[in-house]
Amino acid sequence: MDLSKRWLHDYVDIDVTDQEFADGMTLSGSKVEAFCREGKDIKNVIVGKVESLERHPDSDHLWICQINVGQAENIQIVTGAQNLKEGDVVPVAMHDSFVAGGNHIKKGKLRGVESNGMLCSLGELGLTKHDFPYAIEDGIFVLGDDCDKTLGMDIHEAIGLDDIVTEFEITSNRADCLSVTGLAREAAATFGGELKLPVPEVKNTHGNVNDFLKVDIDEPSLCYRYSGAVVENVRIKPSPRWMRERLRASGVRPINNIVDITNYVMLEFGQPMHAFDLRYLDGNHVIVRRAKSGEKITTLDGIERELSDTMLVIADENKPVAVAGVMGGEYSGIMDDTTTIVFESAMFNGVQVRRTAKALGMRTESSARYEKELDATGCVRSLTRALQLVEELDAGDIVGGIIDCDRSDKTPVTLPFKPEWVNSFIGIDLSADEQKKILEKIDFKVEDGIITAPSFRNDIEHQADISEEIARFYGYNKIPDRVLSGVADGRYTDEQTLENKLHSVLTAQGLDEICTYTFISPKEYDKLTLAEDDKLRSCIVISNPLGEDTSVMRTTAIPSMLSVLSRNYNNRNASAALYEIAPVYLSNGTEELPDEPDRVMIGLYGEEHSYFTLKGIVEKVLECAGISGYDVQRVSDSPIFHPGRTAKIVLGEDTLATLGEIHPKVRENYSIGTRCYVAEISFDLLFKNRGKERVYTPLPKFPAVTRDLAVVCDKTMAVLTLEKAIRAAIGKTLDSITLFDVYDGAQVGFGKKSVAFSLKLLSKERTLTDEDADSSVKKAIKALEELGCSLRS
Amino acid sequence: MREQLNKIRERAEAQLASLENMQELEDLRVQMLGKKGEITSILKQMGSLSAEERPKMGQLANEVRQNIEQLIKEKGQLLKQAEQQARLNAETLDVTLPGEAHAIGHKHPLSIVLDEVKDIFIGMGFQIATGPEVEWDYYNFEALNLPPDHPARDTQDTFYITEKMLLRTQTSPVQIRVMEKQAPPIRIIAPGRVYRSDAVDATHSPYFHQIEGLVVDEGITMGDLKGNLMQFAKRLYGDNTQLRFRPHHFPFTEPSCEVDVTCFKCGGKGCPMCKGEGWVEILGGGMVHPKVLQNGGVDAEKYSGYAFGIGLERLTMFRFNIDDMRLLFENDIRFLDQF
Repeated sequence: MDLSKRWLHDYVDIDVTDQEFADGMTLSGSKVEAFCREGKDIKNVIVGKVESLERHPDSDHLWICQINVGQAENIQIVTGAQNLKEGDVVPVAMHDSFVAGGNHIKKGKLRGVESNGMLCSLGELGLTKHDFPYAIEDGIFVLGDDCDKTLGMDIHEAIGLDDIVTEFEITSNRADCLSVTGLAREAAATFGGELKLPVPEVKNTHGNVNDFLKVDIDEPSLCYRYSGAVVENVRIKPSPRWMRERLRASGVRPINNIVDITNYVMLEFGQPMHAFDLRYLDGNHVIVRRAKSGEKITTLDGIERELSDTMLVIADENKPVAVAGVMGGEYSGIMDDTTTIVFESAMFNGVQVRRTAKALGMRTESSARYEKELDATGCVRSLTRALQLVEELDAGDIVGGIIDCDRSDKTPVTLPFKPEWVNSFIGIDLSADEQKKILEKIDFKVEDGIITAPSFRNDIEHQADISEEIARFYGYNKIPDRVLSGVADGRYTDEQTLENKLHSVLTAQGLDEICTYTFISPKEYDKLTLAEDDKLRSCIVISNPLGEDTSVMRTTAIPSMLSVLSRNYNNRNASAALYEIAPVYLSNGTEELPDEPDRVMIGLYGEEHSYFTLKGIVEKVLECAGISGYDVQRVSDSPIFHPGRTAKIVLGEDTLATLGEIHPKVRENYSIGTRCYVAEISFDLLFKNRGKERVYTPLPKFPAVTRDLAVVCDKTMAVLTLEKAIRAAIGKTLDSITLFDVYDGAQVGFGKKSVAFSLKLLSKERTLTDEDADSSVKKAIKALEELGCSLRS
Repeated sequence: MREQLNKIRERAEAQLASLENMQELEDLRVQMLGKKGEITSILKQMGSLSAEERPKMGQLANEVRQNIEQLIKEKGQLLKQAEQQARLNAETLDVTLPGEAHAIGHKHPLSIVLDEVKDIFIGMGFQIATGPEVEWDYYNFEALNLPPDHPARDTQDTFYITEKMLLRTQTSPVQIRVMEKQAPPIRIIAPGRVYRSDAVDATHSPYFHQIEGLVVDEGITMGDLKGNLMQFAKRLYGDNTQLRFRPHHFPFTEPSCEVDVTCFKCGGKGCPMCKGEGWVEILGGGMVHPKVLQNGGVDAEKYSGYAFGIGLERLTMFRFNIDDMRLLFENDIRFLDQF
């Protein structure tokens, strides 16, 4: 909402600077986004008169003008414009001046003739023909009689380009403030000035409106009130300068007197107005009804629209002439030969207007206002104001009377006056009298312990709303701060604690955390080369996505990780080690919300990384969760991963993680030109299987004995299988087992490998003897031989 | 013999003076004092001496022996020192060469700032609540006093899954979920992902993060909200921080406010970051609307509460002077490694 200072000052006397006005309004609830003076980039442009003009000797289009700017001597300016004659009064950009757009004007020579400035067109003052309809676009702006022609006067003042425009952000609950009068009320309450709202009246009328027009409301639940008036012998012409100025300051383009009047009244009172040409109203009959399904109307913007029976239209006896509250039909508009018009000032159901505007995809100034629910009590006042302006502008002859079909509910909102409640809710101590004063400033009535809200405040329904009114005029910043008291149990949950620990462990492993979009393109599943029936493909689908790229909720975070690896690879980062703890979304159909389990994602590429660096990190993650004794199983059937370099971590029934090198085909789909490694770990299963609190184990009292053991086995034999066999064979005497060599050279034979372990043996009861140790190793060898291993000689 | 002994001593002294390393010293010791050494061989001749001479010579020989031992020991210490010095000299490093370390990773800037916020609120007795991102319209809108067709829904362009299921546009639905599960007193923050149908540019993303706060108890006032947020702002931005509360409208709070913080760049004097205003908006909040309390199953006659919502991206971008939100989601390591 752009507010003209000049217009505001018609209705309220306040004496504050523009900055004070902006700050004060913001702090009382009408947020000022910005304010500025019109034409503020125009400097040192003044009014001058063309005393004489002659042809430039060396040019067939330039003119040399002698300009009287109210100083002792005329100044000479050369111009290329062809519309000047002696005696014209024009805007003169003097030497060292600025015109619209910040262009700096300095004196100089044009084809050898001195020119001490520039004569300005409308464009150079930032204006258009809409602002001064009598001026021409491609010539110098010759000032008309609606301008002050005092020579030497600053151009802003001379042509009224000197209003202050304040831009407000009005919240959706305060449609009443989308008007000059609404903001004037707020300003008066904020700064203490007197509010003087206009009470419109019409002096001269003829005839009777009922002879011209009949109105019927078929849908009183959707149209609460419809008031109409008729003006005959309409004289279409430009509006006067003061009206054009105010419209311009409010960001509305002046068109002609009738259209301008409807816009002016809407800006002044917030009531959308519409003007119809009576010629096109068949039967001179306005019927407010639902549209018929499939009925068509071409709206003022020239687009033919198909209506449905959920929409409300203004119709005559044969056809719809306007979409109620949204936009008029093309034939209903005002044309140059229009003679008789109908003014409409109506009130429609906000939800209805909102739905219709949405369905038709046309949000207009009018629909944006109606959808916030306006005040039906103001319809006739606004209509009268329009007629008053017709009279004032001599825009036509007003037919006597108005038609007012009023079905609106006028029961006011009342609430008990509870100053104590307000004080204790806000945390202030303001007397009942002072609270009453605040409420009365904004037109609330307080009588006999009852507050009556004004009809234009449809947002009031609870004591809390009253307390906001009190608080904002008391001043939010004056409310004393109070520090939270009482004992509270501030802490992380066990899940949150585990997550925090994981972050520490992962960053300690050198991984950078990433943050990725959780919605992806369904095509990502193709890039992962998943089968058509892969269950990862059944995901939550957004019905109105921004684009395909962000149209489904991911069921795996692997695509997100691969995209980030790819971006880094293609940005020529030599290596990357990344992680993310973030959810995937597993659909439970449309009747239940999906599960949103978190995944710990790890992604690596670069020379220093391999399957084993990835596995090392995963092992640290498991260790961090206190998980041990898990099984590592080969995965060779995943389309995403390398069939020979992928594993899963299994604990009992649970698969905690999948980790491996990405399949070259998938890697190619993501344009990653080097091996890369990804692990996807279930946070929920980490948490479920997390280790108990750690308990101290006494240090060994007896020394340990170490034995090395090297065996030869099939190359395909998993080392973990050997390790498990050794553990099982030796039992609790085996304190730890460490793999220290794997060798598959020619010496051990084709298809074979040598595996060497270091065993640490320990007893809690006594010092182990060599015989004890030998016996343990023998057990281990026996177990390994059963697996087909032989002792390496 | 006396003469021989004296000569040995003189020779030992002379040789010691010219010795340069431990090996030569050891050779000398063996030569002089070893089992086959010169002193030993002289002592072996003692038998040929008279009984009168023998003790005198014995004493002299012992003196010479001790003397030489002493000299060798002293020389040994000198040589050892010199050798150590030489070794230290040889081992001198360019101490300015870069250190070798195992790289430590970096948390995402959003996490870094969120951690600070969480720590501040945990210190004030808050717990951390969560709620689903794919949410019912009821929790995201209706229960928050935003019935269907409410015009304020327009300010939050919503991604819908079905007519009733959507991607939450705010973390506020967690308010209702917490109140449904927990009776007052309630003191929670709920950080999380939220979604709005905004095209991507330097200051917009369809995916971003909010931090919701909710306090419900008997006798909670707007003064509590102000004091709490003031405390938070001072911890996050320093003790000189000031807040400015502006009336605003949110359907789920009444009274509602937007809160500005003194610009952390210029301290309130006005600069390009705060567009010359000296204030930067960081959050919105207010007293929980009685209808919202009721929808959460809380007796609005007995209890009152306040709620607030903070945009994490905004906090983070201000904190690190990041001018383009897209950087946060591109995850280029050259960006991530800066934090």
